[in-house]
Formats: sequence, structure tokens, C-alpha cells
Amino acid sequence: MRFGGSEDPHYVFYPHNFIWHIPVNTDRPGLYIHVPFCLSKCGYCSFYSVSSTHLIPEFVQAVVNEMVFYKETFPSFDTIYLGGGTPSLLSVSQIDDILKAVHNNFNIDQHSEITMEVNPGDVSLEYYQQLRKLGINRLNIGIQSFDDAILKFLGRRHTAREATAAIDHARKAGFKNIGIDLIYGVFGQDIKRWAKTLQKALSFAPEHLSCYQLSLDKQTSLFKRYQQDSLPMPSEDQALDFFKTTSRTLTQADYIHYEVSNSARSDSLKSRHNMKYWRHVPYLGMGPAAHSFDGENRWWNTADVEAYLKTIDEGKKPVEKSENLTKEQLALEALFLGMRTKDGIDLEQYKTRYGSDLLMEKRQTINELIKNELVGLKDGRLYPTLAGMAVADSLALI
Amino acid sequence: MKNIRNFSIIAHIDHGKSTLADRLIQFTGVCNERNFQDQMLDNMDIERERGITIKSNAISLPYRAKDGKEYILNLIDTPGHVDFSYEVSRSLASCEGVLLLIDAAQGVQAQTLANLYLAMEHNLEIIPIINKIDLPSADIDRVLEEIDSELGLDPDTHIKCSAKEGTGIEDILEAIVLRIPPPNGDAENPLAALIFDAHYDSFRGTIIHCRVFEGTVKSGDIIKFMYNGTTYKVEEVGHFLLTRTKRERLSAGDVGYIIAGVKTVADVRTGDTLTLQERPCSQPLPGFKEVKPVVFASIYPIASDDYQDLADSLDKFKLNDASFIYEKDSSAALGQGFRCGFLGLLHLDIVQERLEREYDLSIILSVPSVRYRFTLKDGKVIYVDNPTHYPDPAEIAMGEEPYIRAAMMLPERYLGTVMKLCMEKRGVNSNMNYTGPGRVELSYEMPLAEVIFDFYDRFKSVTQGYGSFDYNIIDYRESNLVLMDILVNGEKVDALSQIVHRDRARARGLNACDRLKEEIPRQMFKIAIQGAIGGEIIARSTISAFRKDVTAKCYGGDISRKRKLLEKQKAGKKRMKMIGSVSIPQSAFLAVLKSDND
Repeated sequence: MRFGGSEDPHYVFYPHNFIWHIPVNTDRPGLYIHVPFCLSKCGYCSFYSVSSTHLIPEFVQAVVNEMVFYKETFPSFDTIYLGGGTPSLLSVSQIDDILKAVHNNFNIDQHSEITMEVNPGDVSLEYYQQLRKLGINRLNIGIQSFDDAILKFLGRRHTAREATAAIDHARKAGFKNIGIDLIYGVFGQDIKRWAKTLQKALSFAPEHLSCYQLSLDKQTSLFKRYQQDSLPMPSEDQALDFFKTTSRTLTQADYIHYEVSNSARSDSLKSRHNMKYWRHVPYLGMGPAAHSFDGENRWWNTADVEAYLKTIDEGKKPVEKSENLTKEQLALEALFLGMRTKDGIDLEQYKTRYGSDLLMEKRQTINELIKNELVGLKDGRLYPTLAGMAVADSLALI
Repeated sequence: MKNIRNFSIIAHIDHGKSTLADRLIQFTGVCNERNFQDQMLDNMDIERERGITIKSNAISLPYRAKDGKEYILNLIDTPGHVDFSYEVSRSLASCEGVLLLIDAAQGVQAQTLANLYLAMEHNLEIIPIINKIDLPSADIDRVLEEIDSELGLDPDTHIKCSAKEGTGIEDILEAIVLRIPPPNGDAENPLAALIFDAHYDSFRGTIIHCRVFEGTVKSGDIIKFMYNGTTYKVEEVGHFLLTRTKRERLSAGDVGYIIAGVKTVADVRTGDTLTLQERPCSQPLPGFKEVKPVVFASIYPIASDDYQDLADSLDKFKLNDASFIYEKDSSAALGQGFRCGFLGLLHLDIVQERLEREYDLSIILSVPSVRYRFTLKDGKVIYVDNPTHYPDPAEIAMGEEPYIRAAMMLPERYLGTVMKLCMEKRGVNSNMNYTGPGRVELSYEMPLAEVIFDFYDRFKSVTQGYGSFDYNIIDYRESNLVLMDILVNGEKVDALSQIVHRDRARARGLNACDRLKEEIPRQMFKIAIQGAIGGEIIARSTISAFRKDVTAKCYGGDISRKRKLLEKQKAGKKRMKMIGSVSIPQSAFLAVLKSDND
């Protein structure tokens, strides 16, 4: 075993003697790697994935090659996120290859948050132990529910029992930062039934909990099923009830409900990688369909594994499209992203970055929103209340 | 002059006037297939899209008749809507004959009659044309019967055609030559030319469209407008082929244009007589009338920064629409704007659409109003067309509102519902005439304000499109008037205020609140809408807040998609007016005039 014995991730020795400078964002960018393979497609999921797992070896090589394109423009990161798809379909050595290449091509801060998404159905205790040795220090487990009927309805290939085992194994392997994904608002799931799943999740005291309301893109199979069988989605009031009940439950359990769908046990346990999205910090995405943002431009890779492999093979960037964002577009993004988070936006910083003085320009509306307890103003920040967070999209349109 | 024929086509709306004009143009070969486009005479996009003619237009068609001689057939197109009946009368005054177009399926309609009467007033030769004979529902025998009984014309004089398929066109051209008399007049007499239209050309200024009755005009002449005595030097005269074509002179009998350095079309009055300063004619041609707007509304820019743009655009717009008037106005709720006068609601609609389309402006129109007359206790008489200027109720001795006489034609089976509708609209002094088996001509006297208030839409709806409607303003009549305000979240929106009959106030208030509830999108907080007279709330509705709209996930790949969605919504919101902290869409201001009991 290459990593035998050592408890510490071996990447801490990589240097990080560089200066990263982006005029508008002082934070370092995050690195995302999309692993677009799934054994089966969950009915609600619209992320890009394919079941052709025989392409995985080629994919790993292609991602490694893709890094070369960005080593100059994105020299350093302090978060790495392996998402999907199902990254846990990759073998330990394939993940090792990817992470090694990351360290070879970029400067990775020694205190980086390195997250991997895992499917509770796939993973053995040993696999978890190996992941830890590769330097992965945060797991995001796609539990979705502790209710077998709901899991089946959603098209998940694991059971509640496997979900429990997955968390136990992760703990046993020594992971100190575990995130759990759950879904609510599923057909047949009332608040009481949802509360059971939520309580079960809390019993593991995960460091991080993502609770998503089920939302279905038109191309998903579950959407078609809802349509065919005329299944109801929660009404606006029911959705709000789910949202508020979830928030209340988690807050009472001492979690910080810091983003629409995300809660953490402490500030330092928030998903540092995902926070970059909401705080408009640059990120580099690699792999098919991955998106990137450098503070002014956003571009995305082709959402087709074979085209992705071929383009990289030809020595070209697999970018499908890119857009240059105007100041107005950046301002709108910053606002709708900021209003998703408990901390909201720093008005002074917003003014400096986007040239828009919200307090001056929208005084009357903001006053009305404060009066209606949708937003608050404190320490120079405009932040949404819980009710405000529920209408974050509209808050962005003030 | 013997080889000139001046004629017009008159018809009820949709009976195929523009299509027939197109066929005549094609047949006489003024334009080749290549640059032909449907509705040649309807220059504006808006005219083509709505299938109506807003402005008059003229074209000279060269035609070699079967007698072997060359003729010039001047076709003067006329607007086809009740809002523009004066313009129609001036165009007709420029002709010696008309083609009276009747839809073979629909038969004689209200405007067919109204137009026939106009043509008869001008002693014009009338050639009845039965159009759309290709339709499966065509009923030619019935139409012939109607020509006889309802129009009092000799049915044997008719010509059948299908403008759509191009049949019967030559028969029509021959009839124009043979039956419409050539113009009278003497080219040696003092000049008398009737202005029937004018349009603005950004290079040449105002282009005057006229029919010369007596005398001759050529470039270099000093012409005089008889209405106000202003004089101009003629730069160019000519006639209308597909484009303006310069000629040396226009003489008695001719239809053509004059360019004389007139800056705006507002300096030219349709119906005025042009003569020569040197040798004027003794009196103007008859029938001149100053057109007065009857419907008033204020226009505001949605973004107050656009005020100057709006002002400039109105200036330019006015150059080409003499019947549109405006002056500065301001609203507590909507800021700086303009009070505008229109010939009717269609005219208002067209102006709004043209301002938005041609000048790329986002505007809000206040609730349209008619012009009311108030006699105050001190004996002063004032006219109020803007609810903002409603006098202090304690000072009012008497209020009056304009009345119209509505002329309607409809199949008998709709008589009951139409009479009910007219009564609901405070109609009085009805008159009824059976013009043929199963057909009724109905007239009512009604307040103009009630006609503006969605009468036409509901009339069309209750008669399922088979009824036709026309109106004339008759006089002012005493009426118990009050001012009804609308409050949105406790804030008075003066642009939504209306002057209404007291007996109607509550119903109108409820209707306005309901319509606004439908038109104003839900927002992040509850919105109260109230109707009030003085301090008294007479109607109320509430728009509930929406409570959840945020999407569950938003990570790297979702951001652009989400932003695009929000940008779309934001663009939609930009077309709304912020009043206090409530966004009110443009449609809300006109919607309060519509009722939902169709």
C-alpha cells in the first residue's frame, strides 16, 4: 500500500508560494471536477451523466490533460470538489490519479477543503479509508431520504439501511466533516414524514446538511411521471411550510441555516467550496458540462463525454460556450446569489464592485421590505430574513 | 381632363378594400410583381398588421380602356374606422365616384350604410361591388336584395368580383371609366385645391395631398392656405405613382401632391382650400371643419429619465399626425408626462403602439377620459378632460357629459341582448328599423364615456361579430358626475382616477379593483387596492403576497441559467411602473376600462 501508515494527507508538502490576484475578489478560486457517470439515472436529476462506465479510464486521462490548459490562468485553489454524476464509481487509484495531477498542475493550499460526493450504495469501509488517505477531508453523501418508499420513488439505488451504513463507515474511516443531502416535498411525503427523515439525519450529527425541495426539470423522467399521473407538487404554502419547518428544526439543533438549502454546525463547517458560488468567487470546472467563472467570464464544457474526450484528445479546450458578463449582469448575479445566503451582501463591497448603491437607489423598496420583515440591514449588510430567503429570486429583482 | 377619373373605395371594415386596391394596382401595372407587397397603400407596418387603413393615401393608375384610350385613374384610399370619419369625408369630396364594396357573405353592414350616405352627400357616382364571391358562404342573391332594399341602389348596376382571386378586376376598371364622370373645372380659373391629407417626409417636410378643382399650380407659385392665410412658395408638384413623381403642374381635375416648405403637418389642415396668393379664389371649397379630439389620456414614460425622449418623440410623431394633440402634464404618481387628445380609442391605441414601436419608448397611458363640462356656482363654465383637474365638488353647480348617437346594424336575433347592453350603458331614445328580413338598424343616444368603457368590445362579443357600429357626437347633457380615485397600497394613483356617473361609481369601482387585481402581478407583500369617492372607500380588493419562489439549488452551472431567467423577468418588470413600492404593468391602466361580464 502506497499510503500505508500515514494518517495525514500526503499533499500537505506541496508548495503554495504564489500570488493570486483578481481585482474584484480576494478569495482564492475553487476547483470543481465533474465525474459524469452514474450506474442509473435518478428520476429527478438533471445533472449531466451517462452510464457508459467503460469510458472512465479515458475520462480520468482527459481530465488530467484538461488541467494543463488552466495552469497559467488558475494557478491556485483552496477548495476541490469532486462532484457528479457519481464520483464514487471511480476506483481509488483513479481518484488518486486525478488528485495527483491537480497537485502537479496547481498550487493547492495546505488547508484546502477537498470534498467528494459519494453514493451510499457504492462504498465500502475500506474505500472510505482509502479516500481519506488521498487527502479527501470532506464527504458529501447523497442519502436523499431514510424512507425506502421515497427512495424507490426517487429512483435511488440504495436503501435506508445502506444509507445508515454509509454514514457509519464514513465516521469509522475517520471523516470529521460529513455532509448529507436530503430531499423533501416528494409526492406522498407530508411534513410529518419528512420530519422523521430529518430527525434520523440529525441523529448522526452530520457537520453539514443540505435539504433540497424536490424540483423537476422538464427533461427528467420523474417530471414526466408527475405529468402522466397528474401528481401534485407541493403548493406554494406547503412548500413554505416545509422550508420553515426544516429551518426551525435545524436551528433548534444548533445548525446555522446559512443558505436556502444548506445548514452547517458551525461557520467553519459551511461548504467552503459552494460558498464561492454564492459569494461570486471564481471557480474552475473541469470535466463534461462543468462551468467555470473567472470574475468576468463564464464558460462551460461540452455536455457530451465522447465529444469531451475527442476534443481534449485533439489538444483543444472542450469549451462549448462562454459569455462575458457585463457589470449589470454581475450585479444581478451577486444580488440573487447573495440573497440566497443568511449573510446577504456587503453593501459597500457591492457598490465598489458593481457601481450600484442599493440603499440610495432602492430606498423605498428596501424600507417596504424591511417593514414586511423580508430583509434586514445590519453592519452594512443587506440580508434576507427566513421569509425573505424563500423569495430570494424576487429580492434580486428589486 | 376628360381622361381623368377620381374615385375612392368605401366599405365596411374587413370587406376587402385593401385587397381590391392591391388588385387594381397590379392589373394596371403600376408596379411589377417584384416590388409588390400586400396592402400596397397601407404604408405603416401597423396598418398591414391590423388590416386597417389609418391614413389616407392616393395613387394614380394609368389604364388603357377597351375604347383604346389612355386614362388616369386616381384612387384615393380612405381610413376605415369610425374614429376617422372626417378624413373619409374629405377624401370623398376629392372624388367623382366611389366603389362601394360589399362582402358577399356578410352583406350590408353599418359602415356600408354610413359610407354610402357620405358618398351620397357628395353626389358621387356609386358602383356597388360584391366582393369575396369565392367564399363558400357567399350569398349573392341576399346581397342583391340588400342593395335594393337597404341601400336603395339599382341592383343591376353591381359588379361581382373576388379581389383575393383577382376575378372581375377589369370589369371594375371599365366601369370606373364608363360610369364615373370626368372631373369638371377650368385650368384657367383661380386655383382652388382641396387638401385631403398630408404626411411628413424627413427630407422634404410636409407633403400635401390635394385634389385640384379649379386652376393650376406649379413650382414657384406662392400658395395660400385659406384657413389661416399663411403663404408658402411651391417647391415641387407631382402625382403619386408607386412613389412621388414630379410633374410640371397640377391642373383642375388632378390629384397629386404639393411640397412647399411647410414644416409640420399640423400647419396643414385636412379639408382646407389652397389657392394662389396672386389670384385667390373667391371662397374656400365647402365642408371644412376643424377636427377635435374626443378622448383624452396622459402619456408618461415608464422611466422618468426617458421624459426628454418622450417629448422629442411626440414632437416628431405630431409631424405626421395632425389630429393628435398634446400638452405638458404631470401626475403625482407618475411624474412628468403629456396630456394627449385622440379622435377615439382606436386612434389612442394606434398612437400608443406607434410610439412604442417606432420610437422604442416604454410608456404608460392613464385611464382615458372624455371631455366633461362643468358649470360652477359662480357661473363659470369649464371643460375637464383630465380627472386630476376635477373641480372642488362644493363649487359645482352642474356637470354635463358628451352624448353620441350610436348607429348599429345587427341580425334580429341579437336585438334583445344589444338593447340590454345599450340600456346598461345608459342609452336613451332608441330607434329601430327593420331594413330587411331578420336585420335591424338600431340607434341609441348614449354617453360617450360609456362607449369608451368597453362598449365596442362587448357589442362585438354579444353580436358574435355580426353587428356593426358607428357613432356621431351630438351634444352635452346634464349628468350626476363624481370623481373616483384608485388607491394602491394606500397611495392615490391619479392616473387611475376616473370621472363617472354617480349611479355607476360603485360598480365601476369594484370592476376597477377586480381588474387591477388581475393585472398587477403578485409581489413580495400584500397589496390593497381601493376605489374611493372623496374620503369614502367604495370598493376594495387585495392581491396576496407570494411566499416562495427561490429555487432549491444554485451551484456553478445553474448561475448563468438562473441569471438569464431573472434578466427576462427584469425586462418584464422594466415595462412596469413603480408606484411607491408596487410595480404596476402598463396593461393595468387600460384594463380598468374593461369589464369582465362579456
